[in-house]
Amino acid sequence: MSVPSDLQKNFSEVVSALKPKEAVDEANRCLFCYDAPCIKACPTSIDIPSFIRKIATGNLLGSARTIMESNPVGASCARVCPTEELCEGACVLNHASKPIMIGLLQRHATDWAIANKASLFQKGEPAGKRVAIIGAGPAGLSAARELARLGYEVTMYEAKEKAGGLNTYGIVSFRLPQEVSLWEVEQVEALGVKIHTNTRIGVDIMPDELFANYDSVLLAAGMAKVPSLQIPGEELEGVLDAITLVEETKTKPLSAEMVGKKVVVIGAGNTAIDAATCSKRLGADNVQIMYRRTVQEMSCYQFEYEFAKQDGVEFRWLVAPTRVLGEGGRVSGLELIRMQLGEPDAKGRKRPVPVAGSEFVIEVDFVVKAIGQNRHLPLIDLLGLQHQNGIVAVEEGTYRTSNPQVFAAGDVIFGGGKTDAMVVDAANHGKRAAHAIHKAISEKQPV
Amino acid sequence: MADLSINLAGIQSPNPFWLASAPPTNSGYQVQRAFEAGWGGAVWKTLGEPIVNVTSRFAGLNFGGQRVFGFNNIELITDKPLEVNLKEMDETKKRFPKHTLIASLMVEHKQEAWHEIVKKVEAIGVDGLELNFGCPHGMAERGMGSAVGQHPDLIRQQVEWVKEVAQTPVIVKLTPNITDIRFTARAASAGGADAVSMINTINSLMGVDLDKWLPIPHVDGKGAHGGYCGPAVKPIALNMVAECARDPFVRLPISGIGGISNWRDAVEFLLMGATGVQVCTAAMHHGFRIVEDMIDGLNNYLDQRGIASVMDIVGKAVHTYSDWGHLNLNYKVVARIHEETCINCNKCHIACEDTSHQCIDIVSDAATGKERLVVREEDCVGCNLCSIVCPVEGTIEMVEIPSNQPPLSWNQRQAALAGGGSCET
Repeated sequence: MSVPSDLQKNFSEVVSALKPKEAVDEANRCLFCYDAPCIKACPTSIDIPSFIRKIATGNLLGSARTIMESNPVGASCARVCPTEELCEGACVLNHASKPIMIGLLQRHATDWAIANKASLFQKGEPAGKRVAIIGAGPAGLSAARELARLGYEVTMYEAKEKAGGLNTYGIVSFRLPQEVSLWEVEQVEALGVKIHTNTRIGVDIMPDELFANYDSVLLAAGMAKVPSLQIPGEELEGVLDAITLVEETKTKPLSAEMVGKKVVVIGAGNTAIDAATCSKRLGADNVQIMYRRTVQEMSCYQFEYEFAKQDGVEFRWLVAPTRVLGEGGRVSGLELIRMQLGEPDAKGRKRPVPVAGSEFVIEVDFVVKAIGQNRHLPLIDLLGLQHQNGIVAVEEGTYRTSNPQVFAAGDVIFGGGKTDAMVVDAANHGKRAAHAIHKAISEKQPV
Repeated sequence: MADLSINLAGIQSPNPFWLASAPPTNSGYQVQRAFEAGWGGAVWKTLGEPIVNVTSRFAGLNFGGQRVFGFNNIELITDKPLEVNLKEMDETKKRFPKHTLIASLMVEHKQEAWHEIVKKVEAIGVDGLELNFGCPHGMAERGMGSAVGQHPDLIRQQVEWVKEVAQTPVIVKLTPNITDIRFTARAASAGGADAVSMINTINSLMGVDLDKWLPIPHVDGKGAHGGYCGPAVKPIALNMVAECARDPFVRLPISGIGGISNWRDAVEFLLMGATGVQVCTAAMHHGFRIVEDMIDGLNNYLDQRGIASVMDIVGKAVHTYSDWGHLNLNYKVVARIHEETCINCNKCHIACEDTSHQCIDIVSDAATGKERLVVREEDCVGCNLCSIVCPVEGTIEMVEIPSNQPPLSWNQRQAALAGGGSCET
């Protein structure tokens, strides 16, 4: 079956860039607050009033540098940050008028840098020290960029074919085009950072080699695959994993197999939304998100929820899958059970409880699992690091693990909370871990 | 990274951005904060016999939703004893030896008064002096400030007195409240000044309260004219700088002042002959931190053009500023509207139709049913009005129409007519 040509169009960026006049008008609306709340609301503390003022004065190079200085993946974050919960939510103009469109202004400045092939940073004077980074996602890249500027020789090991992690593979193209993430990778490589892709720790290179050859090692491996639903029928053809589904739309020619089909997505986090909107844009006739709790407990961002609804995704609350039904080895239906909310769990979320005898069956062609992601337990064990349920234990503030030579940042140390770790949090971890590594190595050096 | 350091009449500064003598430079605390923020220099709040200020001193002019488009004040010179100022200046210079510290001075019209204050401030190691002949309110009523700056003779006399004892370069700060600033600049030059700075503030009444029928600001029911500054005065200041820069009799380095709010404004002043700039209102509006983008933007501007030093752009556009009689009468530009970005607000049409030369038509396109704005180029006089009122930058472009006539200025034309009718150039 050939791919309808308009499918590709469905995957081009949904939010348009600001027009030049729009950007300047908006920049001039910024009050240039002192000790601005938007800066405090940004995990990477970008000097937002400053980069906006630079747009207003026509200093776009300076603007892009201000952004990327604080956040090495600032071009991606301009597109994927939940700005209404962060900088824009904190803007003082929320009270007086409308908040400044900080995300779009950030995109305006970084788009300029991308289009003009601007060189933003230089590598530091060689310090004669080497750091290995496992994982070239937002946290790893952020750390690498900082360390390179401090003069470290940085080598990254990345299991995938390309660097960029979640930004390259895991966020739908219509929200974050892959070239934006790859530009950020190039910015890091331009500082002399070596990135070995298709390279796995424990397969292509052993931890002992890392420990022997590097002064410090930073683990920034992110998350692994979506876990199993633990229900019968999961092996049937047509049961997909949300991460893989999104990744394939970014790495392979678009498939037409969902055109006109019925899709069910299990879970209601941001990845579930991505999988659902992806399915819709791949031509699915009907896409339903099935969640065992209610709209209140959903972990996706509000804007993602709104976006999915606009894409025509339907939401079904208080249901959980119990069995995938098949015909000829392919998914044909899904058995679900109704749930009700019981007592709150340890995180304070009300625990869903099945309603006995309420099972029902729906007809469905694809079942997409989006119930979180596994942790890289084998890798953590291989490195011999202490952890709790796969969350690597680090010393508060120093990002140092149980092995003093090893630091960790990003999703591998993110202990949960309402939502997944944001890209911007990972960038911040990476940056801080880099400075902690620098401090540790400098203090160890003979005076 | 371009070299941003400047040399103004022998005064070295790490960058061309100085704070002007004004409320922001009132104390050591403020000036040191400014130096920490990146300002290259500061002209201290004017020293003289301490005065008494009134309260309710400033007013701002908002325009189209932008605050502080213009600003005025009736604050006078320093209200602190000279010894206190000198102590703070001394501390500041010791903490920031590489930054430029200029003493602004204003005393009565007496030789010994000038001698005395010059010696006192030079003793603490200032980098230069700025004689305040510009302040238009209060002090002028006492025969100082712009009362001096409006009389070339007084300027020359007082500059001479200062130069009798001064060891450091002397900058003369001029008032714009005068018909032709070149005459006072020439007087400063004749008196031996090392540089001039301009402009000080312009006489102004900021507004009238519609409910109370009182001037803005007022002091217990009465107001007095204040000194006007801020972005709105920039064109006036830029003209005065350019006029002095191209004047064959002034021949002094210029410190440019007046509405400079960002690096772009600074570049304009530098191109038109200023060796450095002084800023006040923008800092009062946003704080000292604005200098970060001024430095960054100027540096990027120079780097992107491969210019090694900011001194290399000083005065580079002065030769292009001339008298009307030298402008080419045969040069022609016309408006061209880029339809792809036109938003059909029709402002160009009505501006041209009502107030200029009636050459932009609204034409219905039969094929699309849409209206287009079309310039009749043969009737366009190239006044620029449409491109000025157009809200979308770049949509109306003024395009040069090649002329088959050789360049001919009014002066050449008149000379040719007087010389027997041929129009040789």
